[in-house]
Amino acid sequence: MNAPNPNSFRNQPDERGHFGQFGGRYVAETLMPLILDLEKEYKAAKDDPSFREEFEDLLEHYVGRPSPLYFAPRLTEELGGAQVWFKRDELNHTGAHKINNCIGQILLAIRMGKTRIIAETGAGQHGVATATVAARFGLPCVVYMGATDVERQQPNVFRMKLLGAEVIPVESGARTLKDAMNEALRDWVANVHDTFYIIGTAAGPHPYPELVRDFQSVIGREAREQMLARTGKLPDLLVAAIGGGSNAIGLFHPFLDDADVKMLGVEAAGHGLDKQHAASLAGGRPGILHGNKTYLLQDEDGQIAEAHSISAGLDYPGIGPEHSWLKEIGRVDYTSVTDDEALQAFQLLCRTEGIIPALEPSHAIAAVRKVAPTMGKDEIILANLCGRGDKDIFTVADALGVKL
Amino acid sequence: MSRLANAFSKGRPALVTFVTAGDPTPDATPAILDALVEGGADVIELGMPFTDPMADGPAIQAANLRSLAAGTRTADILRIATDFRARHPEVPLVLMGYANPMTIRGPEWFAAECARAGVDGVICVDIPPEEDPELGPALRSAGIALIRLATPTTDAKRLPTVLQDTSGFLYYVSVAGITGKQQAALGSIEDAVARLKSATELPVAVGFGVRTPDQASAIAKVADGVVVGSALVEMVAEWGPDAAGPVREATRALADAVHSAKEIGQQ
Ligand SMILES: Cc1ncc(COP(=O)(O)O)c(C=O)c1O
Repeated sequence: MNAPNPNSFRNQPDERGHFGQFGGRYVAETLMPLILDLEKEYKAAKDDPSFREEFEDLLEHYVGRPSPLYFAPRLTEELGGAQVWFKRDELNHTGAHKINNCIGQILLAIRMGKTRIIAETGAGQHGVATATVAARFGLPCVVYMGATDVERQQPNVFRMKLLGAEVIPVESGARTLKDAMNEALRDWVANVHDTFYIIGTAAGPHPYPELVRDFQSVIGREAREQMLARTGKLPDLLVAAIGGGSNAIGLFHPFLDDADVKMLGVEAAGHGLDKQHAASLAGGRPGILHGNKTYLLQDEDGQIAEAHSISAGLDYPGIGPEHSWLKEIGRVDYTSVTDDEALQAFQLLCRTEGIIPALEPSHAIAAVRKVAPTMGKDEIILANLCGRGDKDIFTVADALGVKL
Repeated sequence: MSRLANAFSKGRPALVTFVTAGDPTPDATPAILDALVEGGADVIELGMPFTDPMADGPAIQAANLRSLAAGTRTADILRIATDFRARHPEVPLVLMGYANPMTIRGPEWFAAECARAGVDGVICVDIPPEEDPELGPALRSAGIALIRLATPTTDAKRLPTVLQDTSGFLYYVSVAGITGKQQAALGSIEDAVARLKSATELPVAVGFGVRTPDQASAIAKVADGVVVGSALVEMVAEWGPDAAGPVREATRALADAVHSAKEIGQQ
């Protein structure tokens, strides 16, 4: 066995669930025993070959993994610099990376004997993925969704209902993702005895950031193998969009100790960093919300600000704690792109590659568009195409002034 | 004897009352706090509003948002506390709220401000013992009690962790859930309080879902104190800037019920 490398970037969090100063377990006492139990069960599951086998079997035959690694020739040519490759997680069952995590968590729920599933959702992608696995395993499912998001994501609301989930519109606050998460936490404290909360991103109290990352790391593990097999080398730059950070950490984590691989996380700059946005690393400060310490958009008193992004999946004033740590130690670079830049990138990918991306990865593509021309033609960019755009065509039509 | 210890040593159960600071406005809060004292409350819990009160039910959520909409800042809350201390030198005052507003300027800053304002204790909903370093040491070295919550899910194995470094009193949250209307069965409360009291010398106050004098009296028979929050906050919602009168009357009825529920032997 290899001795653990003390200089590894891949050995976080510590025993208490901290990534440097970030992460932790900032929850009400009612939830604490359950969180500790979950941690114990997750450790046991990780060491249980039958758990891994079932997870991998479902990823292969139900989700459709491995997802392809795709070289984008016309986009590469148009940008005139580095070769652009995509990890095609938008081809997964339910159309995004979210399902990877949901499969893992529902297997944990079953292992723990829980009989009821709850989730929060913004765009509805995580809600759909949760409703999907709940249907697959025959468990009742309640999804909390901000009333504003219910209005702007009607197709996903209907999908969740078709899948048998109950969708509860949340009327508090700005009626978006943050409020949905508050309401899911309220449900959870009242139903700890039988309920498993499937959190949709690599955030929340320990052990969620760790377990969501581990389940999503299938993205980076596959991509690393596929890239080596296809090109004989590792990519020079990884790019991924960041809401809570689950698709990004899933791609990045397996590469963190590859010193020559640079990484770029892309936050949503909304109307612009000087206006309303959702870029918590660029415009926020460390604070405590939803069970973890991390960068948050907030005022001097620690009151949380409302985020804005055209992409409902990025419209959140926080970020997973591991990203806050990776930013502070400088291993990953973070940037942000505006609604308008994301919309242009969305259209660029449709036109050059015949792929309609979700608005979330459109942020990553917008960043690729800026950096690719500054890199050499022998260099490789690998971007995470973590969701497809079917859910977004109404939003995009609206933004482009087209009436459907 | 500290103000908090004193409040639980009057030979009868204590009434602990909660309202949100700045609801409906920062200027209206002092009169409401005075009404609680005049009505006979033994301990005042002053809620620090937060944008995301995830452990609270609809009534206190709405109070948080009303307060923030009225422009309440942390500085206003500290001023309200300071003025309260000047008017009521003997009545214990506890700040209750969420981690982020309490820690955002650093725990030492918050602890120093609490001490300066004459605050006796702090209840922080989302800092469990596991994250105590975030707030506890600073408060304790400033002489402020960190009052922890025990809940129906806090089992015997975990209880010592919760009790460690807790002072002032122990707050038993009688339902696994959020603040509001849900009530626990009296039998389960009695068992829980007995379990807690066998593990600690601290007084045990029971809260969550206590609304009427009858309920308060029944709980006071088995505990050292009773906490009433949402029912009073709803009166503030109904009466707005004119809430002091109705709050005083409601507090008096609750205090009479709690104080006469039983005698507690002096220690
Ligand atoms: C396709 C897609 N990508 C990205 C995100 C953002 O989440 P995360 O940062 O956790 O990947 C979402 C969230 O709904 C999404 O649906």
